[in-house]
Amino acid sequence: MKHPGTKSVLRAGLLWLLPATFLLVFFYQPLLAILRLAFSPAFEGSWQGESTAQVLKPLGFTFWQAALSTLLTLLVGLPAAYLFSHFDFKGREALRLLSLLPFILPTVVVAACFNTLLGPRGWLNLGLMALLNLSEPPIHMLQSLPAILLAHVFYNTAIIIRLVGSAWSRLDKKLVYAAQMLGANPWQAFREVTLPLLLPAITGASLLVFLFDFTSFGVVLMLGGPQFATLEVEIYTQALYMLNLRLAAVLSLVQLACTLLVAWLQSRVSQLRYGKAALSAERANLRPPRGAAEKTFTVVMTIILVLLILTPLISLITRSFVTLEAARGERGQVQTGFTLRYYQELFQNRTGSLFYVPPIMAVRNSLVYAALTVVIAIVLGLLGTYALNQPWKANRIFEPFFMLPLGASAVTLGLGFLVTFRQPAWSVLPFPLLIPIAHALVALPMVVRTLLPALRSIPSSLRQAASTLGADGRRVFCEVDLPLLLRPLLVSMVFAFTISLGEFGASSFLSSPQTPTIPVAIYRYISQPGALNYGQALAMSSLLLMVCAAGIFLIEKIRLPGEELY
Amino acid sequence: MIKRSLIFGALVALLLGGCIGQTPAASPTPVPEVQVLTVMTHDSFAVSAELVQQFEADNGVKVNFIKGGDAGTTLNRLILTSLGGTPEADVFYGLDNTFLSRALEQDLLEAYAAPALAEIPAEFQLDLSNRALPVDYGDVCINYDKAWFQEHELPVPQSLEDLTKPEYAGLLVVENPATSSPGLSFLLATIATFGEDGWQSYWQALKDNGVVVVSDWETAYYTNFSGSSGRGPQPLVVSYASSPAAELIYAETPLTEAPTGSIVADGACWRQVEFAGILKGTPNRALAEKFIDFMLSQPFQEDMPLQMFVYPVLPSAKLPEAFVKASEVPQKPATLDPELIAQKREAWVQAWTELMLK
Repeated sequence: MKHPGTKSVLRAGLLWLLPATFLLVFFYQPLLAILRLAFSPAFEGSWQGESTAQVLKPLGFTFWQAALSTLLTLLVGLPAAYLFSHFDFKGREALRLLSLLPFILPTVVVAACFNTLLGPRGWLNLGLMALLNLSEPPIHMLQSLPAILLAHVFYNTAIIIRLVGSAWSRLDKKLVYAAQMLGANPWQAFREVTLPLLLPAITGASLLVFLFDFTSFGVVLMLGGPQFATLEVEIYTQALYMLNLRLAAVLSLVQLACTLLVAWLQSRVSQLRYGKAALSAERANLRPPRGAAEKTFTVVMTIILVLLILTPLISLITRSFVTLEAARGERGQVQTGFTLRYYQELFQNRTGSLFYVPPIMAVRNSLVYAALTVVIAIVLGLLGTYALNQPWKANRIFEPFFMLPLGASAVTLGLGFLVTFRQPAWSVLPFPLLIPIAHALVALPMVVRTLLPALRSIPSSLRQAASTLGADGRRVFCEVDLPLLLRPLLVSMVFAFTISLGEFGASSFLSSPQTPTIPVAIYRYISQPGALNYGQALAMSSLLLMVCAAGIFLIEKIRLPGEELY
Repeated sequence: MIKRSLIFGALVALLLGGCIGQTPAASPTPVPEVQVLTVMTHDSFAVSAELVQQFEADNGVKVNFIKGGDAGTTLNRLILTSLGGTPEADVFYGLDNTFLSRALEQDLLEAYAAPALAEIPAEFQLDLSNRALPVDYGDVCINYDKAWFQEHELPVPQSLEDLTKPEYAGLLVVENPATSSPGLSFLLATIATFGEDGWQSYWQALKDNGVVVVSDWETAYYTNFSGSSGRGPQPLVVSYASSPAAELIYAETPLTEAPTGSIVADGACWRQVEFAGILKGTPNRALAEKFIDFMLSQPFQEDMPLQMFVYPVLPSAKLPEAFVKASEVPQKPATLDPELIAQKREAWVQAWTELMLK
């Protein structure tokens, strides 16, 4: 591997062709277009760099909250990843699947969920007030930094669970046993064997979580409140409200530079001492928890995950079936009761509006975009991962650039899309196709981050053995790589699917109002006053949860025939 | 062995084929020579399907709508894309008086002296060059939770000054004017009422009295406001004068009275007038004129209230019953010269941010 021949450089180049073209056309081109506009004379007067505080203040806060959120997410996510990759217990599959659902919920709905739980009149405060005989709600969680952190953990724990869990479960236990046999205690075995082998997956997953938190927008705006502003929030305000495109562009560039830096650091750390380990099938490592310690761990972790992830989801779904204000304002009293009204109302176009969309159509639109996103992201992601795996020096420079779309400001890129693809030269491209393309831009780095550590951990001896036995390149891929990559591939598919299903910003920017996705439809309801509108938004959100759960369930059912052999 | 990869390949192909087969957008259906008119508007735009279909049939045209966020972001998006090349649309609807001057300054619109202007009251015709034509109006007002004030036996505040009194401490939630359209409107109402010298001390008093600031209308109304389904802690919220009518129409069980009301005292509300205009450089000028006429026609004007919860500018347009019953129209809403707003808006928002959030 130390002397890359021209052959492998050529191969890397060929593999790079498609993903690189995609990124150049759909990421770097619109980005450059909007930057060129921002620094054109039209925005001469808008910002001259007179106040660096306008950049440094949001930058500082963005780093601080992202670092804190990532640490907290790891704190919950790593034990959870251990739980799911080692123990077989009742409800394991269900809990694992449900833990992904927060990922797709639009922020406006999460804000509503948290309010019904933690708000001044949420059930936690009501319960505590009744229990402790208080007259004032004791918990003030909303509109604060803890609310931002909690929401970030709620959203992103699944990334750690999936990425680290998937790597952990494929790790061959024999290595740990061998270390223990040689006299290492469990801690030493973990530190010397498990941790180094898991490091690429852990740092990769942390990088993703960090970047999602770093570019956080809705959570900060809605749950944090106006006293908090990340770079992304500032970019949005400056570009779309203040029309100060110059400052927005400067902030976007700072955000991109930070993303590059962090991605580069991660690739250094993960290359430091990754080893190659023999792999085993996921289920082979699973066993029921034994002994008091393992049983307690399983129970405690399950409770934490249920509290953190399930209660907000359950409160949302419950609320979509419950009416609270039968005759508010008339009797001054809140009445509760079961209702299907919100769901029934979804199927009615009461005002005969042109933009009314039956729920089935919104679901269909969302599913079509999600399926396209999965295909684009997986095909390009696989090619990109193999390209990055070639022993070519330039790869080290390219790798961080692959992560860049995750750190790009959605507003800046969105405006870039409009400036670039609304031009006559691009009119051949059906415009709604840009939606799955935009979603794939976000999903692609996740796919690469998931596949790369898995591909790198395949011992080359396996491939060499296959070649020696007479298998050609394609055979080696199908017989060796594919079975070993299947799990990570499914993880990437699930992520691409959920990213697309839950995405709101680009969809609302690019979709035609007559063909909205589910999140766009949800937003439409919740941006109008009235009990029915609120109820319909919650009903539509519950529908989104169900569609997503069904999708993930089906994707995870994909099996290779004879996979049990591995 | 080969079978295995075949099955996987078939699966991918199925997935691929499946979605290509059903993509509505990806299949380029050969469209016959039907002209397309593109209308750029804000997220709250809604219209009866029947009306638009009638317009399309009458003029042999397909109308395409693009929604660009709220009033402010839609305009800014139009400006940015126009600077970057061709404008995104032929007609723009949803420009309001807080952003009027910016649109005129950027020279986005072409003049059109629509015949219907003769019937529209002069108070709405803020652009004398007829580039921005008034279509509807509404008022940003403080909504109150009727039940809350009944239960607490507290009189509903009657003016902006009342809100600084200790009995109303911590009861009002407002939106950040830097990120919310109604938030900006309310700030302008206070500037109109207390003057350029007085508004900052008014807001200082509000701040001392525990006013709650959130980023957007959705959070204010559904998370913080106690009169909405979100059952939040504050019984007073900056919303629209027509919100009580919406609460009545979208009530879960038929109500005889709206659960909320609006404070419509003189100077307490901000009058928002919304305009439409023909975008400069459109190749479909004749059709665009027809669409403007359509928006100013009686059927469209009467359709608007229930679709968008705004009031028609055409005096002859009849209002729906819920509007007459639940929504009060303020007699003397606050207004400011659009010119002055254009000059000072950023400075005011900046000063407000310094005062309230730092």
